[in-house]
Amino acid sequence: MSVLVFIDHADGNIKKSAFEALTYGADVAKQLGTTAAGLLLGTVSDDLTALGKYGISTIHQVSNEILNHLDAQVYAQVIAEAVQTAGASVLVFTQNQTGKAVAPRVSVRLKAGLVAGAVSLPDTSNGFVVKKTVFSGKAIANVAINTAIKIISINPNSYKTLATEGTAAINTLSITATQAKVKVTAVNKISGEVPLTEAEIVVSGGRGLKGPEHWGILLDLAKELGAATACSRPVGDAHWRPHHEHVGQTGVQVAPNLYIAVGISGAIQHLAGVNRSKVIVVINKDSEAPFFKAADYGIVGDAFEVLPKLTESIKKLHASA
Amino acid sequence: MKMLVCVSKTPDTTAKIAFKDGNKSFDENGVQFIINPYDEWYALVRAIELKEQNPAATLHLITVAGADAEPIIRKALALGGDEAIRVNMDSTDSYTIATQIAEVAKQGAYDIVFTGKETIDYNGSSIGGMVAEMLDFSFIPLATKFDIAANTATVVREIEGGEETVEVNTPLVISCAKGVAEQRIPNMRGIMAARTKPLKVVEPAAIEALTSVTSFELPPAKTGVKLVSPDNVDELVRLLHEEAKAI
Repeated sequence: MSVLVFIDHADGNIKKSAFEALTYGADVAKQLGTTAAGLLLGTVSDDLTALGKYGISTIHQVSNEILNHLDAQVYAQVIAEAVQTAGASVLVFTQNQTGKAVAPRVSVRLKAGLVAGAVSLPDTSNGFVVKKTVFSGKAIANVAINTAIKIISINPNSYKTLATEGTAAINTLSITATQAKVKVTAVNKISGEVPLTEAEIVVSGGRGLKGPEHWGILLDLAKELGAATACSRPVGDAHWRPHHEHVGQTGVQVAPNLYIAVGISGAIQHLAGVNRSKVIVVINKDSEAPFFKAADYGIVGDAFEVLPKLTESIKKLHASA
Repeated sequence: MKMLVCVSKTPDTTAKIAFKDGNKSFDENGVQFIINPYDEWYALVRAIELKEQNPAATLHLITVAGADAEPIIRKALALGGDEAIRVNMDSTDSYTIATQIAEVAKQGAYDIVFTGKETIDYNGSSIGGMVAEMLDFSFIPLATKFDIAANTATVVREIEGGEETVEVNTPLVISCAKGVAEQRIPNMRGIMAARTKPLKVVEPAAIEALTSVTSFELPPAKTGVKLVSPDNVDELVRLLHEEAKAI
């Protein structure tokens, strides 16, 4: 019985969400009185032994370069074998693009119950119950996993990374991967931008900004905060901003530490995409905008005046720190 | 080419979420139900577009639900599709639902199974991947573009911080996100035609769930917004820094 954490990576680097998953896995192991190990498929340039600082004893690596590209079918086969080799009874994923592709397949392969989108440590006082968000963040379900092997896929930004001291041992697993059937022909990454789902701060604009030519003041604020940028559905639909920036019920769901909404009225469909944010700031000149009801802080005012002042004020804060 | 589109009945996006029976079940009282938007707007419409390009293709719909989902299935048929299959079972966990879909898919020898990227009620994003594993099909989640020529699909999918294009042969399962297609409104001809399209009811395969919901809860309500004057932006920054510790 042990905990195994899947370590997601891209372009040779371990993703930030993987550190959260490792911390989570170490805490689950502590709770169960066992140890936590990591599992890395493919190769990275980062130092794997350093992952010990998240409370991880061993990193199992299947260092086959074919695995640097995601084919969910191949990943599931390799991960399922690794779970059995490592004798793990809890497997942890991050509920991101990779986790969504792979965790359900592994669940079937191992006949192991999956909680996808978990937001808490398991409650083991009566069975094995994990909280997950449902109804697009409007509610939480307590889900019992009733199988010997349990799979938990945690929402990004839902568990705080904790790094202390420690060194992990590296163990190379010799698992033969089946032939990949999915061929990647092009990758189009927007370089220099913070990925929306991983961002700790998101600055989002709506129709109140009146047109794509006015986005400069929002981008300035995002740059000063190191934030990702997002937009409301009407803005995405009007092609003022690329559609991958659309957050809401039918777009991307985000859960940053800070969500700043500028000129967005706060339709219920938009809130469904952002209501897991820890702190919400709303800037809108309409004091009746429904978004204020879901906000922690607000300014009733004109975005064109408030945003430049806000950027300046944050610059001052950063300069004094 | 044989296509199967999975559709699910979900509460309307504006529905008030409440629970009953000691927070054990969702309170459907006064709730409007719709086709899960990802299933309808993206998965189903894209499959219909492909059938329009290739009228010889077969397009079936499937739902795993009780009889109360039939109006939703008729609505989906009004958009398009040849027939629908309802597996007569109240939904339990993702594994159970995926098993029913995989059973039907096996018998029908479908080349492509479409799902939405998630349902807006359970938000598991799990059905597509599970069905793919059960059928030993390839699985491409979070597609934003989907094209097929002969038996090779070209798919653009979301990755963190961008997108990638992949090629994969059928058979496959694809989960559809925004971008795959544009929402359609059913027309009168479609609505009339849907009334007479076959809606087969099949009994579920016996299968045990791997997980169960023990209870629901609502997140703590916000305590109320703290308003700051637009002339005192420094105060907002101070609050975010010192009180919320968010910057």
